[in-house]
Amino acid sequence: MELTLQQQRLRTEFRQFVDAHVVPGANAWDRQELMPPEVVRQLANHGYLGAVVPVSKGGAGFDSVEFGLLNEELGRGCSSLRSLLTVHSMVALTMSRWGTEDLKTQWLEKLGQGQAIGAFALTEAEAGSDAREITTEAIESGDDFVLTGHKKWITFGQTADLFLVFARSRRGHCAFVVERNTPGLVTTPVHSMLGTRASMMAELRLEQCRVPKRNLVGAPGFGLSHIASSALDCGRYSVAWGCVGIGQACLESCLQYAGQRKQSGVLLREHQLIQRMITQMVAGVKASRVLCCHAGQLRDAGDPASIIETSIAKYFACTTAAEIARDAVQIHGANGCSSEYPVERFYRDAKIMEIIEGSNEIQEIAIAQSACQAVAQAQSVAAAD
Amino acid sequence: MEQAKEKLRDFLGRHIGGRVIGDDEQIFAAGFVNSMFAMQLVLFLEKNFQIAVANEDLEIKNFQTINAMAELIERKTAPSRNNSH
Repeated sequence: MELTLQQQRLRTEFRQFVDAHVVPGANAWDRQELMPPEVVRQLANHGYLGAVVPVSKGGAGFDSVEFGLLNEELGRGCSSLRSLLTVHSMVALTMSRWGTEDLKTQWLEKLGQGQAIGAFALTEAEAGSDAREITTEAIESGDDFVLTGHKKWITFGQTADLFLVFARSRRGHCAFVVERNTPGLVTTPVHSMLGTRASMMAELRLEQCRVPKRNLVGAPGFGLSHIASSALDCGRYSVAWGCVGIGQACLESCLQYAGQRKQSGVLLREHQLIQRMITQMVAGVKASRVLCCHAGQLRDAGDPASIIETSIAKYFACTTAAEIARDAVQIHGANGCSSEYPVERFYRDAKIMEIIEGSNEIQEIAIAQSACQAVAQAQSVAAAD
Repeated sequence: MEQAKEKLRDFLGRHIGGRVIGDDEQIFAAGFVNSMFAMQLVLFLEKNFQIAVANEDLEIKNFQTINAMAELIERKTAPSRNNSH
Protein backbone atom coordinates (compact mmCIF):
# COMPACT_ATOMS: atom_id res chain seq x y z
CA MET A 1 0.00 0.00 0.00
CA GLU A 2 1.33 3.38 -1.02
CA LEU A 3 1.62 6.07 1.63
CA THR A 4 0.62 9.63 0.74
CA LEU A 5 3.38 12.25 0.62
CA GLN A 6 2.11 13.63 3.92
CA GLN A 7 2.22 10.18 5.52
CA GLN A 8 5.76 9.64 4.20
CA ARG A 9 6.86 13.02 5.56
CA LEU A 10 5.37 12.29 8.96
CA ARG A 11 6.89 8.82 9.08
CA THR A 12 10.33 10.36 8.53
CA GLU A 13 9.63 12.94 11.24
CA PHE A 14 8.44 10.26 13.71
CA ARG A 15 11.46 8.10 12.98
CA GLN A 16 13.85 10.96 13.60
CA PHE A 17 12.07 11.82 16.85
CA VAL A 18 12.29 8.24 18.09
CA ASP A 19 15.95 7.84 17.10
CA ALA A 20 16.86 11.10 18.83
CA HIS A 21 14.69 11.03 21.95
CA VAL A 22 13.52 7.48 22.59
CA VAL A 23 15.98 4.80 21.46
CA PRO A 24 18.94 6.11 23.49
CA GLY A 25 17.06 5.95 26.80
CA ALA A 26 14.61 3.08 26.38
CA ASN A 27 16.71 0.32 27.96
CA ALA A 28 17.48 2.46 31.00
CA TRP A 29 13.82 3.47 31.47
CA ASP A 30 12.90 -0.19 31.36
CA ARG A 31 15.51 -1.08 34.01
CA GLN A 32 14.49 1.85 36.22
CA GLU A 33 10.75 1.18 35.64
CA LEU A 34 10.34 4.88 35.08
CA MET A 35 9.25 7.12 32.22
CA PRO A 36 11.09 10.45 32.58
CA PRO A 37 8.63 13.38 32.58
CA GLU A 38 10.78 15.25 30.05
CA VAL A 39 10.19 12.49 27.49
CA VAL A 40 6.43 12.85 27.94
CA ARG A 41 6.84 16.61 27.58
CA GLN A 42 8.73 16.11 24.32
CA LEU A 43 5.90 13.96 23.00
CA ALA A 44 3.47 16.70 23.96
CA ASN A 45 5.64 19.47 22.51
CA HIS A 46 5.71 17.69 19.16
CA GLY A 47 1.92 17.48 19.23
CA TYR A 48 1.94 13.70 19.29
CA LEU A 49 -0.31 13.37 22.33
CA GLY A 50 -2.98 15.16 20.30
CA ALA A 51 -2.75 12.66 17.45
CA VAL A 52 -6.45 11.69 17.55
CA VAL A 53 -7.77 15.08 18.65
CA PRO A 54 -9.15 17.27 15.83
CA VAL A 55 -7.12 20.31 14.82
CA SER A 56 -10.14 22.47 15.67
CA LYS A 57 -9.83 21.27 19.28
CA GLY A 58 -6.11 21.90 19.54
CA GLY A 59 -4.91 18.48 18.45
CA ALA A 60 -2.77 17.22 15.59
CA GLY A 61 -5.74 15.65 13.78
CA PHE A 62 -3.74 12.81 12.22
CA ASP A 63 -5.56 10.43 9.94
CA SER A 64 -5.62 6.80 11.04
CA VAL A 65 -2.59 5.73 9.04
CA GLU A 66 -0.58 8.71 10.30
CA PHE A 67 -1.58 7.82 13.86
CA GLY A 68 -0.58 4.24 13.11
CA LEU A 69 2.82 5.25 11.79
CA LEU A 70 3.43 7.21 15.00
CA ASN A 71 2.59 4.09 17.00
CA GLU A 72 4.90 1.99 14.85
CA GLU A 73 7.83 4.30 15.35
CA LEU A 74 7.26 4.69 19.10
CA GLY A 75 6.82 0.92 19.33
CA ARG A 76 10.14 0.49 17.54
CA GLY A 77 11.81 2.56 20.21
CA CYS A 78 9.96 1.83 23.43
CA SER A 79 6.69 -0.01 23.97
CA SER A 80 6.24 1.67 27.35
CA LEU A 81 6.18 5.09 25.73
CA ARG A 82 3.95 3.77 22.94
CA SER A 83 1.57 2.52 25.64
CA LEU A 84 1.27 6.09 26.89
CA LEU A 85 0.16 7.16 23.43
CA THR A 86 -2.28 4.24 23.41
CA VAL A 87 -4.10 4.91 26.67
CA HIS A 88 -3.96 8.68 26.35
CA SER A 89 -5.42 8.45 22.83
CA MET A 90 -8.12 6.05 24.05
CA VAL A 91 -9.23 8.66 26.57
CA ALA A 92 -8.92 11.59 24.15
CA LEU A 93 -10.85 9.76 21.43
CA THR A 94 -13.57 8.78 23.89
CA MET A 95 -13.87 12.36 25.05
CA SER A 96 -14.06 13.58 21.47
CA ARG A 97 -16.54 10.87 20.41
CA TRP A 98 -18.83 10.58 23.42
CA GLY A 99 -18.08 13.44 25.82
CA THR A 100 -20.67 16.10 26.60
CA GLU A 101 -19.93 19.58 25.28
CA ASP A 102 -18.97 20.61 28.83
CA LEU A 103 -16.48 17.75 29.17
CA LYS A 104 -15.03 18.48 25.73
CA THR A 105 -14.61 22.14 26.60
CA GLN A 106 -12.97 21.27 29.89
CA TRP A 107 -10.62 18.52 28.72
CA LEU A 108 -10.22 18.01 25.00
CA GLU A 109 -7.77 20.82 24.31
CA LYS A 110 -5.73 19.92 27.40
CA LEU A 111 -5.58 16.29 26.29
CA GLY A 112 -4.74 17.29 22.74
CA GLN A 113 -1.84 19.44 23.86
CA GLY A 114 -0.64 17.01 26.48
CA GLN A 115 -1.33 19.43 29.32
CA ALA A 116 -3.38 16.65 30.88
CA ILE A 117 -2.56 12.94 30.58
CA GLY A 118 -5.39 10.44 30.38
CA ALA A 119 -5.48 6.81 31.54
CA PHE A 120 -8.01 4.04 31.00
CA ALA A 121 -9.29 2.34 34.15
CA LEU A 122 -11.36 -0.71 33.25
CA THR A 123 -9.40 -3.79 34.38
CA GLU A 124 -9.81 -5.28 37.83
CA ALA A 125 -8.19 -8.23 39.55
CA GLU A 126 -11.15 -10.47 38.69
CA ALA A 127 -12.29 -8.74 35.49
CA GLY A 128 -10.00 -8.83 32.46
CA SER A 129 -11.24 -10.43 29.26
CA ASP A 130 -14.83 -10.27 30.49
CA ALA A 131 -15.32 -6.63 31.45
CA ARG A 132 -18.90 -7.32 32.48
CA GLU A 133 -17.49 -8.80 35.67
CA ILE A 134 -16.18 -5.52 37.04
CA THR A 135 -17.29 -4.93 40.61
CA THR A 136 -16.47 -1.23 40.99
CA GLU A 137 -19.77 0.27 41.98
CA ALA A 138 -21.33 3.66 41.19
CA ILE A 139 -24.19 4.72 43.43
CA GLU A 140 -26.24 7.82 42.60
CA SER A 141 -26.28 10.38 45.37
CA GLY A 142 -27.87 13.76 44.56
CA ASP A 143 -25.87 15.43 41.81
CA ASP A 144 -23.06 12.91 42.13
CA PHE A 145 -22.14 9.29 41.71
CA VAL A 146 -20.17 7.70 44.53
CA LEU A 147 -17.57 5.25 43.21
CA THR A 148 -16.12 2.41 45.24
CA GLY A 149 -13.81 -0.24 43.87
CA HIS A 150 -10.32 -1.36 42.94
CA LYS A 151 -8.73 -1.11 39.50
CA LYS A 152 -5.56 -2.98 38.64
CA TRP A 153 -2.75 -2.77 36.06
CA ILE A 154 -3.66 0.74 34.93
CA THR A 155 -1.08 1.97 32.42
CA PHE A 156 0.36 5.36 33.41
CA GLY A 157 -1.87 5.22 36.47
CA GLN A 158 1.04 6.61 38.51
CA THR A 159 1.12 9.90 36.63
CA ALA A 160 -2.13 10.42 34.72
CA ASP A 161 -4.13 13.55 35.47
CA LEU A 162 -7.49 12.02 34.71
CA PHE A 163 -8.91 8.54 34.46
CA LEU A 164 -11.72 7.10 32.41
CA VAL A 165 -13.17 4.83 35.11
CA PHE A 166 -15.74 2.12 34.44
CA ALA A 167 -18.22 1.01 37.06
CA ARG A 168 -21.54 -0.78 37.40
CA SER A 169 -24.61 1.13 38.54
CA ARG A 170 -28.27 0.23 39.03
CA ARG A 171 -28.85 1.53 35.48
CA GLY A 172 -26.06 -0.52 33.93
CA HIS A 173 -22.36 0.00 33.30
CA CYS A 174 -21.13 3.60 33.26
CA ALA A 175 -17.97 5.48 32.32
CA PHE A 176 -16.76 8.46 34.34
CA VAL A 177 -14.04 11.05 34.07
CA VAL A 178 -12.27 11.01 37.44
CA GLU A 179 -9.59 13.57 38.18
CA ARG A 180 -6.47 12.51 40.06
CA ASN A 181 -7.11 14.93 42.90
CA THR A 182 -10.60 13.56 43.59
CA PRO A 183 -10.90 12.78 47.32
CA GLY A 184 -11.01 9.03 47.85
CA LEU A 185 -8.86 8.16 44.83
CA VAL A 186 -5.51 6.60 45.76
CA THR A 187 -2.98 5.21 43.27
CA THR A 188 -0.25 2.71 44.14
CA PRO A 189 2.63 1.85 41.77
CA VAL A 190 2.82 -1.66 40.32
CA HIS A 191 6.36 -2.93 39.80
CA SER A 192 8.22 -5.95 38.40
CA MET A 193 5.87 -6.75 35.56
CA LEU A 194 7.21 -8.90 32.73
CA GLY A 195 7.18 -6.16 30.11
CA THR A 196 6.47 -2.49 29.37
CA ARG A 197 8.15 -1.86 32.69
CA ALA A 198 8.40 1.90 32.19
CA SER A 199 4.66 2.27 31.67
CA MET A 200 4.13 3.69 35.17
CA MET A 201 1.53 1.08 35.97
CA ALA A 202 -0.63 1.53 39.06
CA GLU A 203 -3.51 0.18 41.06
CA LEU A 204 -6.39 2.54 41.73
CA ARG A 205 -8.44 2.44 44.90
CA LEU A 206 -11.69 4.34 44.83
CA GLU A 207 -13.03 4.75 48.36
CA GLN A 208 -16.36 6.56 48.37
CA CYS A 209 -15.04 8.66 45.54
CA ARG A 210 -17.63 11.36 44.77
CA VAL A 211 -17.83 12.24 41.07
CA PRO A 212 -20.30 14.80 39.69
CA LYS A 213 -22.92 13.47 37.27
CA ARG A 214 -21.63 15.87 34.64
CA ASN A 215 -18.50 13.65 34.51
CA LEU A 216 -20.52 10.76 33.13
CA VAL A 217 -19.41 9.87 29.59
CA GLY A 218 -22.33 8.48 27.61
CA ALA A 219 -25.48 7.30 29.29
CA PRO A 220 -25.74 4.67 32.04
CA GLY A 221 -25.96 1.26 30.42
CA PHE A 222 -23.67 2.23 27.52
CA GLY A 223 -20.40 2.16 29.47
CA LEU A 224 -19.16 -1.12 28.05
CA SER A 225 -21.10 -1.54 24.80
CA HIS A 226 -20.20 1.87 23.36
CA ILE A 227 -17.73 3.77 25.54
CA ALA A 228 -15.30 0.99 26.45
CA SER A 229 -15.79 -0.69 23.07
CA SER A 230 -14.86 2.36 21.04
CA ALA A 231 -11.89 3.10 23.31
CA LEU A 232 -10.64 -0.50 23.12
CA ASP A 233 -11.02 -0.45 19.35
CA CYS A 234 -8.65 2.53 19.32
CA GLY A 235 -6.38 0.69 21.75
CA ARG A 236 -6.24 -2.43 19.59
CA TYR A 237 -5.37 -0.34 16.56
CA SER A 238 -2.60 1.44 18.45
CA VAL A 239 -1.18 -1.81 19.86
CA ALA A 240 -1.30 -3.48 16.45
CA TRP A 241 0.88 -0.76 14.96
CA GLY A 242 3.11 -0.80 18.04
CA CYS A 243 3.74 -4.48 17.33
CA VAL A 244 4.81 -3.64 13.79
CA GLY A 245 7.35 -1.38 15.48
CA ILE A 246 8.56 -4.15 17.81
CA GLY A 247 8.99 -6.45 14.80
CA GLN A 248 10.86 -3.79 12.86
CA ALA A 249 13.14 -3.10 15.83
CA CYS A 250 13.92 -6.81 16.19
CA LEU A 251 14.65 -7.09 12.48
CA GLU A 252 16.99 -4.09 12.50
CA SER A 253 18.81 -5.38 15.60
CA CYS A 254 19.23 -8.81 14.02
CA LEU A 255 20.46 -7.47 10.70
CA GLN A 256 23.08 -5.44 12.52
CA TYR A 257 24.12 -8.26 14.83
CA ALA A 258 24.18 -10.93 12.13
CA GLY A 259 26.38 -8.64 10.05
CA GLN A 260 28.99 -8.32 12.80
CA ARG A 261 29.05 -11.56 14.74
CA LYS A 262 31.00 -14.51 13.37
CA GLN A 263 30.49 -18.17 14.21
CA SER A 264 32.31 -21.08 12.53
CA GLY A 265 34.42 -18.53 10.68
CA VAL A 266 31.60 -16.74 8.87
CA LEU A 267 29.15 -13.99 9.74
CA LEU A 268 25.86 -15.15 11.22
CA ARG A 269 24.04 -13.76 8.19
CA GLU A 270 25.81 -16.36 6.04
CA HIS A 271 24.18 -19.22 7.98
CA GLN A 272 21.07 -20.45 6.24
CA LEU A 273 19.08 -21.09 9.41
CA ILE A 274 19.70 -17.49 10.45
CA GLN A 275 18.61 -16.40 6.96
CA ARG A 276 15.37 -18.31 7.42
CA MET A 277 14.59 -16.47 10.66
CA ILE A 278 15.41 -13.12 9.07
CA THR A 279 13.20 -13.96 6.09
CA GLN A 280 10.31 -14.75 8.41
CA MET A 281 10.88 -11.44 10.20
CA VAL A 282 10.88 -9.44 6.97
CA ALA A 283 7.70 -11.12 5.71
CA GLY A 284 5.97 -10.91 9.10
CA VAL A 285 6.64 -7.21 9.57
CA LYS A 286 5.51 -6.38 6.05
CA ALA A 287 2.33 -8.43 6.33
CA SER A 288 1.51 -6.88 9.72
CA ARG A 289 2.00 -3.40 8.33
CA VAL A 290 -0.29 -4.09 5.37
CA LEU A 291 -3.06 -5.36 7.68
CA CYS A 292 -2.67 -2.28 9.87
CA CYS A 293 -2.79 0.05 6.86
CA HIS A 294 -5.90 -1.72 5.60
CA ALA A 295 -7.61 -1.33 8.96
CA GLY A 296 -6.55 2.34 9.05
CA GLN A 297 -8.06 3.08 5.66
CA LEU A 298 -11.33 1.46 6.70
CA ARG A 299 -11.32 3.49 9.93
CA ASP A 300 -10.96 6.73 8.02
CA ALA A 301 -13.84 5.67 5.78
CA GLY A 302 -16.00 5.06 8.87
CA ASP A 303 -16.56 1.52 7.65
CA PRO A 304 -18.15 -0.88 10.19
CA ALA A 305 -15.75 -3.55 8.91
CA SER A 306 -12.91 -1.50 10.39
CA ILE A 307 -13.66 -3.01 13.80
CA ILE A 308 -13.11 -6.64 12.84
CA GLU A 309 -10.23 -5.69 10.51
CA THR A 310 -8.57 -3.90 13.43
CA SER A 311 -9.01 -7.04 15.50
CA ILE A 312 -7.42 -9.12 12.72
CA ALA A 313 -4.53 -6.66 12.41
CA LYS A 314 -4.00 -6.68 16.18
CA TYR A 315 -4.09 -10.46 16.36
CA PHE A 316 -1.68 -10.97 13.47
CA ALA A 317 0.71 -8.18 14.44
CA CYS A 318 0.90 -9.30 18.09
CA THR A 319 1.44 -12.98 17.41
CA THR A 320 3.96 -12.11 14.70
CA ALA A 321 5.86 -9.69 16.94
CA ALA A 322 6.06 -12.33 19.67
CA GLU A 323 7.48 -14.88 17.21
CA ILE A 324 9.91 -12.36 15.75
CA ALA A 325 11.11 -11.27 19.20
CA ARG A 326 11.66 -14.90 20.20
CA ASP A 327 13.80 -15.46 17.10
CA ALA A 328 15.62 -12.18 17.68
CA VAL A 329 16.74 -13.42 21.10
CA GLN A 330 17.72 -16.73 19.50
CA ILE A 331 19.88 -15.02 16.87
CA HIS A 332 21.59 -12.96 19.56
CA GLY A 333 22.28 -16.07 21.68
CA ALA A 334 23.54 -15.31 25.18
CA ASN A 335 23.83 -11.64 24.25
CA GLY A 336 20.10 -11.73 23.52
CA CYS A 337 19.46 -12.72 27.12
CA SER A 338 21.45 -9.73 28.38
CA SER A 339 20.02 -6.29 29.04
CA GLU A 340 23.02 -4.88 27.14
CA TYR A 341 21.05 -5.65 24.00
CA PRO A 342 17.47 -4.45 23.45
CA VAL A 343 16.05 -7.70 22.08
CA GLU A 344 15.35 -9.16 25.52
CA ARG A 345 13.19 -6.08 26.22
CA PHE A 346 11.43 -6.51 22.88
CA TYR A 347 10.80 -10.17 23.77
CA ARG A 348 9.25 -9.29 27.14
CA ASP A 349 7.24 -6.40 25.70
CA ALA A 350 5.96 -8.48 22.77
CA LYS A 351 4.48 -11.04 25.17
CA ILE A 352 2.48 -8.29 26.87
CA MET A 353 0.95 -7.32 23.53
CA GLU A 354 -0.63 -10.78 23.23
CA ILE A 355 -2.57 -10.09 26.42
CA ILE A 356 -3.58 -6.41 26.45
CA GLU A 357 -6.52 -4.79 24.63
CA GLY A 358 -8.08 -8.19 24.08
CA SER A 359 -5.97 -11.32 24.46
CA ASN A 360 -5.11 -13.51 21.47
CA GLU A 361 -7.90 -15.85 22.52
CA ILE A 362 -10.51 -13.09 22.64
CA GLN A 363 -9.45 -11.95 19.16
CA GLU A 364 -9.70 -15.55 17.92
CA ILE A 365 -13.27 -15.81 19.18
CA ALA A 366 -14.27 -12.53 17.54
CA ILE A 367 -12.55 -13.25 14.23
CA ALA A 368 -13.94 -16.78 13.99
CA GLN A 369 -17.45 -15.56 14.88
CA SER A 370 -17.24 -12.92 12.18
CA ALA A 371 -16.13 -15.48 9.59
CA CYS A 372 -18.90 -17.89 10.59
CA GLN A 373 -21.52 -15.13 10.41
CA ALA A 374 -20.43 -14.26 6.88
CA VAL A 375 -20.86 -17.88 5.78
CA ALA A 376 -24.25 -18.18 7.52
CA GLN A 377 -25.42 -15.00 5.79
CA ALA A 378 -24.27 -16.28 2.39
CA GLN A 379 -26.09 -19.56 2.99
CA SER A 380 -29.20 -17.68 4.09
CA VAL A 381 -29.17 -15.57 0.91
CA ALA A 382 -28.61 -18.66 -1.25
CA ALA A 383 -31.51 -20.46 0.45
CA ALA A 384 -33.79 -17.46 -0.12
CA ASP A 385 -32.90 -17.44 -3.82
CA MET B 1 -38.25 5.01 6.11
CA GLU B 2 -38.83 1.62 4.43
CA GLN B 3 -35.55 1.96 2.57
CA ALA B 4 -33.74 2.56 5.86
CA LYS B 5 -35.39 -0.49 7.39
CA GLU B 6 -34.35 -2.62 4.44
CA LYS B 7 -30.72 -1.54 4.87
CA LEU B 8 -30.95 -2.23 8.59
CA ARG B 9 -32.40 -5.71 8.01
CA ASP B 10 -29.58 -6.48 5.60
CA PHE B 11 -26.90 -5.23 8.03
CA LEU B 12 -28.35 -7.12 10.97
CA GLY B 13 -28.67 -10.26 8.88
CA ARG B 14 -24.95 -10.09 8.11
CA HIS B 15 -24.02 -9.73 11.77
CA ILE B 16 -26.25 -12.32 13.33
CA GLY B 17 -25.62 -15.20 11.05
CA GLY B 18 -28.30 -14.72 8.44
CA ARG B 19 -31.18 -14.78 10.93
CA VAL B 20 -34.25 -12.77 9.88
CA ILE B 21 -35.08 -10.06 12.43
CA GLY B 22 -38.57 -8.64 12.79
CA ASP B 23 -38.96 -4.85 12.77
CA ASP B 24 -40.07 -4.84 16.40
CA GLU B 25 -37.83 -7.62 17.62
CA GLN B 26 -35.52 -6.72 20.51
CA ILE B 27 -32.02 -7.03 19.04
CA PHE B 28 -29.87 -6.70 22.14
CA ALA B 29 -32.19 -8.39 24.62
CA ALA B 30 -32.29 -11.56 22.52
CA GLY B 31 -28.52 -11.95 22.88
CA PHE B 32 -27.92 -12.22 19.13
CA VAL B 33 -24.83 -10.03 19.13
CA ASN B 34 -21.25 -9.94 20.42
CA SER B 35 -19.32 -7.17 22.17
CA MET B 36 -18.13 -5.58 18.93
CA PHE B 37 -21.58 -5.32 17.43
CA ALA B 38 -22.75 -2.15 19.18
CA MET B 39 -19.96 -0.05 17.68
CA GLN B 40 -20.29 -1.75 14.28
CA LEU B 41 -23.93 -0.71 14.36
CA VAL B 42 -23.05 2.89 15.23
CA LEU B 43 -20.57 3.06 12.35
CA PHE B 44 -23.13 1.51 10.01
CA LEU B 45 -25.76 4.09 10.93
CA GLU B 46 -23.29 6.96 10.53
CA LYS B 47 -21.85 5.83 7.23
CA ASN B 48 -25.05 4.76 5.53
CA PHE B 49 -27.36 7.51 6.68
CA GLN B 50 -24.87 10.39 6.99
CA ILE B 51 -25.69 11.03 10.63
CA ALA B 52 -23.49 11.46 13.69
CA VAL B 53 -24.48 9.32 16.65
CA ALA B 54 -23.51 11.35 19.70
CA ASN B 55 -23.68 11.28 23.47
CA GLU B 56 -27.29 12.52 23.55
CA ASP B 57 -28.43 9.68 21.27
CA LEU B 58 -27.25 6.99 23.68
CA GLU B 59 -30.61 5.79 24.86
CA ILE B 60 -31.52 2.14 24.84
CA LYS B 61 -34.84 2.89 23.16
CA ASN B 62 -33.03 4.29 20.08
CA PHE B 63 -31.29 1.02 19.26
CA GLN B 64 -33.62 -1.68 20.52
CA THR B 65 -35.40 -2.55 17.28
CA ILE B 66 -35.29 -1.88 13.54
CA ASN B 67 -38.28 0.43 13.92
CA ALA B 68 -36.58 2.39 16.70
CA MET B 69 -33.42 2.86 14.66
CA ALA B 70 -35.41 3.91 11.60
CA GLU B 71 -37.11 6.57 13.74
CA LEU B 72 -33.73 7.74 15.06
CA ILE B 73 -32.46 8.06 11.49
CA GLU B 74 -35.56 9.98 10.49
CA ARG B 75 -35.23 12.36 13.43
CA LYS B 76 -31.57 13.02 12.80
CA THR B 77 -31.92 13.55 9.07
CA ALA B 78 -35.10 15.64 9.24
CA PRO B 79 -33.49 19.06 10.01
CA SER B 80 -30.96 18.83 7.20
CA ARG B 81 -33.71 17.82 4.76
CA ASN B 82 -35.80 20.79 5.82
CA ASN B 83 -32.83 23.11 5.50
CA SER B 84 -32.05 21.92 2.01
CA HIS B 85 -35.44 22.96 0.63
